[in-house]
Amino acid sequence: MAVVKLLGAWLSPYCCRVIWALKLKAIPYEYIEEDLSVKSPLLLQCNPVYKRVPVLIHDGKPISESTVILRYIEEIWPQNPLLPSDPYEKAVALFWIKFADDKSPSISKLYRTDGEEQQQAAKECSEMLEIIEEHGLIEGKKFLGGDEINMVDIAFCSVAHWLGVIEEFAGLKILEPHKFPKLSSWIQNFKSVPVIKENLPDSDKMVALLKRRREMLLASKSN
Amino acid sequence: MERGVVLLDFWPSMFGMRTRIALAEKEIKYEYREEDLRNKSDLLLQMNPVHKKIPVLIHNGKPVCESLNQVQYIDEVWNDRAPLLPANTYKRANARFWADFVDKKIYDLGSKIWRTKGEEQEAAKKEFIDCLKLLEGELGDNHYFGGKDFGYVDVALVPFYCWFYAYEQCGNFSIEAECPKLIAWAKRCMQKESVAKSLADQEKIYEFVLHLKKVFGIE
Repeated sequence: MAVVKLLGAWLSPYCCRVIWALKLKAIPYEYIEEDLSVKSPLLLQCNPVYKRVPVLIHDGKPISESTVILRYIEEIWPQNPLLPSDPYEKAVALFWIKFADDKSPSISKLYRTDGEEQQQAAKECSEMLEIIEEHGLIEGKKFLGGDEINMVDIAFCSVAHWLGVIEEFAGLKILEPHKFPKLSSWIQNFKSVPVIKENLPDSDKMVALLKRRREMLLASKSN
Repeated sequence: MERGVVLLDFWPSMFGMRTRIALAEKEIKYEYREEDLRNKSDLLLQMNPVHKKIPVLIHNGKPVCESLNQVQYIDEVWNDRAPLLPANTYKRANARFWADFVDKKIYDLGSKIWRTKGEEQEAAKKEFIDCLKLLEGELGDNHYFGGKDFGYVDVALVPFYCWFYAYEQCGNFSIEAECPKLIAWAKRCMQKESVAKSLADQEKIYEFVLHLKKVFGIE
């Protein structure tokens, strides 16, 4: 049987995307946790361009960048499809996945910055949420993928989990339920899916690590 | 809304050029509509309400946004001719990876080269050349990024070639001196009718950049 390995980091939403796709399709894999402060020779060899996780290794061949990995997984293991088969519906899904890829970094900026920079990041986040609320979510549908979770829901994982954790410890409130009712509903639905619920990084551990990272980043900025 | 294919575009856009090339490769007849970006049409705003940007491909009244998304859509719908993505799944992932690399790096670095000066410009030039060298490494000794055949990564990258002259003039450097293999590849692509007809004239692009610099107050 072909061997599937995943090089990842427990905190990374991009790695979670891949884990969820593998589990939703019931693909057995070996998980290797990378210490990102001391990157392994395997990681550097498999992803020389970006030197980052996630990297999927299938039959000894590496694939990098989470969206590229998700598309690969979808094509090799078509069971439990995570993308529509209709070319137009697929194009719409891919549009939203790209939107998630382009805009999600504003969420991590929230803990990496302070003052004006953080305010700007909060503004960008809010704009992103407004767009999803207005254009991405269909009234009456539980998920971005419609009645079932799909790759678009997975792509917006940072909104579903990381944003809430960061908001809490940074003392920010961007995703207010009364402002974003459809999005708030979606987050509950998304996190109720068993594969997602059972494979979310622990919030307390996240807060501890992100707090430490934030202190280090802000200290090195002022030096 | 009419049936058929409509492309909302702006002549200097490298992203629009990707879609033009894909349509030409597949010999698809379409209506080209030039947008005035200072006065966007109701159709553009309706078809791309999220970004309000070109290019927008409209097929049978339904919009497809984002240039690489459009290229993949065209390849999938008109799958009986001139395939752009490889048949092999792993090679397809590799093609998507490199097209995504072009998307992540080339536009922003190129923009920095003509928009900035001094240290910032020098840093952008260096990183730009480093990225082109990585692409040269991926190309290897192949005719195209697609191997023997022109393919997805070629479509993603070649439109930037008509902007190289403007970058060189603004940045006072020669891309060919640093990346001769890549320029040879670009010239090879330009021999294809689909590419030659889709790319803008490099002198016109340079004039356009000079105009933008005036408008933005950049020296």
